[in-house]
Amino acid sequence: MGTKTDVWQGTLALMILKTLESMGEQHGYGIARRIEQTSGDALSLNYGTLYPALLKLEQEGYVVSSWGLSENNRKAKFYSLTRAGRKQVHKETESWEQTTAILARFLTSKQEA
Amino acid sequence: MRALRAFFLRFLGTFRNKNSDDISAELDAHLAMHIEDGMRAGLSAEEARRQALIRLGGIEQTRNAYSERRSLPSVESLWRDVVYGVRTLLKNPGFTVAAVLIIAIGIGANIALFTIVRSVLLRPLPYPDPQRLVTLYSLDDPSDPASQNVVAPGDFRDWQSASSGFEQMAMWRWAGFNISGNSGELPEFLNAAAVSSNFFTTLGVQPALGRSFNAGDDLNGAAPVTILSWSLFKRRFHADPAILGTTVKLNTKQQTVVGVLPPWIDYPSPKVQVWVPFAQSNTPDVLASHYAHVARVVARLKPGVSAERALEPLNAVQHQLFLRFNGGGPVEPAIGSEPMIKAVVGNVETPLHVLMAAVGCLLLIACLNLSNLLVARAAARRKEIAIRTALGSSRLRLCREQLTESLLISLAGGALGVLLATGATHWLTTRWTGMPRATAIHPDWTVLFFALGVTFAVAILSGLLPAISTTGKDSLAALQDSSRSVAGSTAKARLRKTMLTAEIALTVILLVCAGLLFKSFLLLRSTDLGCARENVLTMHYFLRGEKYAQPEQLIGFHTRLLERVRHLPGVEAAGLTNVVPGGGLWGDKSVEFPEHPPLPAGQHELALVRTADPGYFQAMQIPLLEGRTFEEQERLNRDQYLVVNQSFVKKFFPNEDPIGKHVKVPWRAEEGENYEIIGVIRDTPYDVGEPVRPAMWFPILSGIPSHTNDAILVVRSRSDVAALAIPVQKAIAELDPDLPLKDVLTVDEIVGESTANSSFSAILVLVFAALSLLLAAVGLYGVLAYLVTQRTSEIGIRMALGARREQVLRLMLFDGLRPAFIGLGVGIAGSFAVTQWIRSSLYGTHPLDPAVYVTVSVTLLLASVCACVVPAWRATRTDPTQALRNQ
Repeated sequence: MGTKTDVWQGTLALMILKTLESMGEQHGYGIARRIEQTSGDALSLNYGTLYPALLKLEQEGYVVSSWGLSENNRKAKFYSLTRAGRKQVHKETESWEQTTAILARFLTSKQEA
Repeated sequence: MRALRAFFLRFLGTFRNKNSDDISAELDAHLAMHIEDGMRAGLSAEEARRQALIRLGGIEQTRNAYSERRSLPSVESLWRDVVYGVRTLLKNPGFTVAAVLIIAIGIGANIALFTIVRSVLLRPLPYPDPQRLVTLYSLDDPSDPASQNVVAPGDFRDWQSASSGFEQMAMWRWAGFNISGNSGELPEFLNAAAVSSNFFTTLGVQPALGRSFNAGDDLNGAAPVTILSWSLFKRRFHADPAILGTTVKLNTKQQTVVGVLPPWIDYPSPKVQVWVPFAQSNTPDVLASHYAHVARVVARLKPGVSAERALEPLNAVQHQLFLRFNGGGPVEPAIGSEPMIKAVVGNVETPLHVLMAAVGCLLLIACLNLSNLLVARAAARRKEIAIRTALGSSRLRLCREQLTESLLISLAGGALGVLLATGATHWLTTRWTGMPRATAIHPDWTVLFFALGVTFAVAILSGLLPAISTTGKDSLAALQDSSRSVAGSTAKARLRKTMLTAEIALTVILLVCAGLLFKSFLLLRSTDLGCARENVLTMHYFLRGEKYAQPEQLIGFHTRLLERVRHLPGVEAAGLTNVVPGGGLWGDKSVEFPEHPPLPAGQHELALVRTADPGYFQAMQIPLLEGRTFEEQERLNRDQYLVVNQSFVKKFFPNEDPIGKHVKVPWRAEEGENYEIIGVIRDTPYDVGEPVRPAMWFPILSGIPSHTNDAILVVRSRSDVAALAIPVQKAIAELDPDLPLKDVLTVDEIVGESTANSSFSAILVLVFAALSLLLAAVGLYGVLAYLVTQRTSEIGIRMALGARREQVLRLMLFDGLRPAFIGLGVGIAGSFAVTQWIRSSLYGTHPLDPAVYVTVSVTLLLASVCACVVPAWRATRTDPTQALRNQ
């Protein structure tokens, strides 16, 4: 467990949105597993934190939810991106890439000094 | 935007059903899927479930985090408090209604008074840069700012030349015109102001229509022009702009209307209906005079210049004038100034402050009362609070819950209070005659904020004390008490008694002030005018224009009128004067005494001037003390006779017989003439509540145009004089159909008008004081009734041990009356200090008037005894066996 990093507050929202963008409609459990898999099991995600985050996104109008049947014929709540959500993914992705790029440049220049 | 949307949804979520199973179902599904996966990976069902729960982080924790996100937790708990508060309040409708009403009256009275204070005293005047406007006046005594006097136009001209600190200065004086129709409309008397041409530019006022005066208008002999007030324009000329450029008939003279003012002009008074240039309605003599004190001056300071600095060069000029001219007549030695708003607000400042303080006290008493009631209720819930504290409820949370309750009460009270205030403000402004800026009185944002502020202050004031006193560490002691507690709540009772003492002290102060004001008012009302008061009718008329240019024409009208009126059925006597007793200061003249050594240079003696016809003193029933009054043949040029009052004799002829002596006074001629004193009459005050001044009466039948064209007809009858008003008016209309009448009033009405201000504030303060007394009595009753129920078992024990009913009665009465006695002592001590502050509003009453203090003490003690006797009596009815069994 020591090698796994905790998910930062705030990045979780982006991860959820990105997951929904690539996978389409998905339930909470599916999103959680997918995030873990994508991170190559490097992240330790407390599944419980997912649900308030989903609710927040829903309140902000980036996702919508509806009840449906899972692959095992189980009743589950499915989440999907709205149009605003799609835009938000791009916006957030860009700003995140910008931030990391700046930070990366900063760190390399520091090494040189 | 998104955040706002989320906030809104969470806010809504706060009030939605909490037991929605959505999240539970979702979590169940989540767990089921996770467990399935785990089992597929080869775990046992139990182990898979354990792993799933660990990864989830607990069902309950997730559910909590979820519901916290779904709603606003702080709002939610607040909402719960509100719901809880409403429920407790509805459970005791009697208590709630009483509390809300008490607070509503307190808050309502405060808002109403504040609306008036704000509109009249605090809101700036409606002119541009009003803080730069000042009024200037002469000072009789440079060291006494109260010795204000009106300004001589000659002085004003010289001030203007030295007015480097002022942008502009303008003068004005009262005037009056008879307006008669060009085509037979009814005649009417109009209050008017004669103003220097820059008067409106000084104030910064533009006419609504037409132009204002220019320097060319303000010259003697210029084409006659006039400006109308908006109300006259609307009322008499149907707001028809075509009036501009046409003429109106003022004092039978045609004057061209050049402008109409906007409706909000209220300086010098909203009563002014017509404006004319100063020079057109005053003679060149007056314009140049340094002795004729007739004008008032307004000035606009240059930006950044203080009134003191601007006044310095003016005072130097005035000092020169004083040195140069004071030999020939009275010249003022100095000039003073005050902000214009002071001059506008005038004499209502103190009564308004007194009333504001009174309603403030009333509200404070209401708060203490509410606080008291809440302490009692909180005490009844001690056990509940103790248990909740023990279970870990935070003190803040408990305090907030209690404050919510008081907040609910004061919000309801505040809302009701605003309604009350709207009515009360309207009532006050219509009833309070002579309130300056009355048309500007309306609530604004400041008043709204004040209302909100007061409401919250009431909530905190009345809720905090009970909240703090019933929560905290000590509250746990309630759990240690056995249910047979006897002395457990003495601490709370002490708190309530302290509050009650404060309440009673405040009430006493209010009662004393109200008593003093009321006594002054009664004294004022019943002032001895020294003349007939009942069944005397007066009416004012002004003879103007060409018809009345000659002395013969004037006295012709006066005598014909008297003749007719004296023959009307029901008229006992009739006379003419220019001012009746109590009718005001009017004017004065400097007097010299040829038979006496001349006065030192620069010193002047003044006496009030009045006119009278031979029958006036008899009609007014002013007793003649010495000599005689005028005779019929003492008219026209044979007028060098004077009747003077006692004060005149006392001041100028202290040790000699005044009859036959002479007074040199500028009456017919500016340089002065000798008049012989022929009679002495009893003193009559020039204004109710003012000291008597030396006064002299000239024959009105001299017919001197400028002195005798204004007259008051005095008619006395045996019985109801009001019935004579119509016949007398008809008699006047028969003599001159174009002559309007003004102020058809009985002497009692004149007195009533001049005391209306003090009567109004005195009665209002008395009402507030009575309300406070009622509140204090209710508070006293409440506390004692509570104490009695608390001490039922103690009383039961006492009675079981043989205490008699009288002893119990005495015990309980004494307990209840102690705060009343202490409060009375504190209140009377406080009154000694506070009443000094209203000294200026008192008339003939010392601030420490013993009668008032005794009456207040007796009233308060009687009220206290009444309030205490019921619960105390109930205590004596306690059945000892019953009381002990109930425990």
